[in-house]
Amino acid sequence: MIPLLALQSADRYVAGAYLVFLLLLLIYVAIMAAKLSRIQRELGSLAELAERRPPGEHDVGHFRDREREVESVREETHREEAAR
Amino acid sequence: MANALKSITLRRLAIATVLVMAAGYALAFFAAPEDADQGFIQKIFYLHVPLATVALCGWIVAAIHAIRHLQTGDPKHDARSYVSIHISVIFGLAVLLTGAIWAKGSWGVWWEWKEPTLVSFLIVFLLYATYYPLRYAIEDRDRQARYASVFAITAGAFVPLNFLAVRLAQPLIHPRTFSSAGGLPDSMLFPFLVCLVGMALLWATLVWFELDSKAASANLRRIRRALEATA
Repeated sequence: MIPLLALQSADRYVAGAYLVFLLLLLIYVAIMAAKLSRIQRELGSLAELAERRPPGEHDVGHFRDREREVESVREETHREEAAR
Repeated sequence: MANALKSITLRRLAIATVLVMAAGYALAFFAAPEDADQGFIQKIFYLHVPLATVALCGWIVAAIHAIRHLQTGDPKHDARSYVSIHISVIFGLAVLLTGAIWAKGSWGVWWEWKEPTLVSFLIVFLLYATYYPLRYAIEDRDRQARYASVFAITAGAFVPLNFLAVRLAQPLIHPRTFSSAGGLPDSMLFPFLVCLVGMALLWATLVWFELDSKAASANLRRIRRALEATA
């Protein structure tokens, strides 16, 4: 690393300008990283909430069972019609 | 063209940004010659001018999204307008800081109040800084979005007007950007254009990233509401 004092005046200003830009970018990235970790925590708590819920009317599994039931009735009807 | 745009993902855009910016600044520092008048300090030009150009264009993009929001009422255009303004304000802050450093190195002062380019950019920046208190002072979401759109259009119209006014004004010490860029030799113009494209890609990446983050937060809120309603 080049010591700051060893840099000439113009070099220091150029380094300063580019470092300021990088610093701003880093601050923005840090803020966004904090937001992302909040989303991650929220997602974890929602996953827990979803797992704790008892299977009920709105449960996806319930709808899948009903779909299978409807499908088997439909197949049975189709077979009966074909046999006739 | 539409298919090509659809195939662009945030990851690809981010990779392109890193590559173009790395190439641009490598060219600016190692290939572009030193300015005969200013010397090495002129290297700030490759950062400061692309930042300013992209920030100003970003505010115009925000105004276009705001017009589309008022036309369609689609909240996605309001979100795009808001995020465009947000990223351009960050770029605008970088313009003011890098400009002050360059001014100190070249002219010996951090700021020159008599220079129309500097003062007009500061006015535009401060105008957009008032966007946040205005937006969040309104509680009703629909009204907030509508008023914010009206603000974005009005302020967006001010950007090119301001640009024209500055060009008509008599310069004191700050060079007129595009007339000076037009007079650049090819060995400086090419690195400058690569840096400009890189900066535009960085702006687009940050806008996309923030929009995705906002969409994820909104979806989480919807899932929570749905889960709590059915619990």
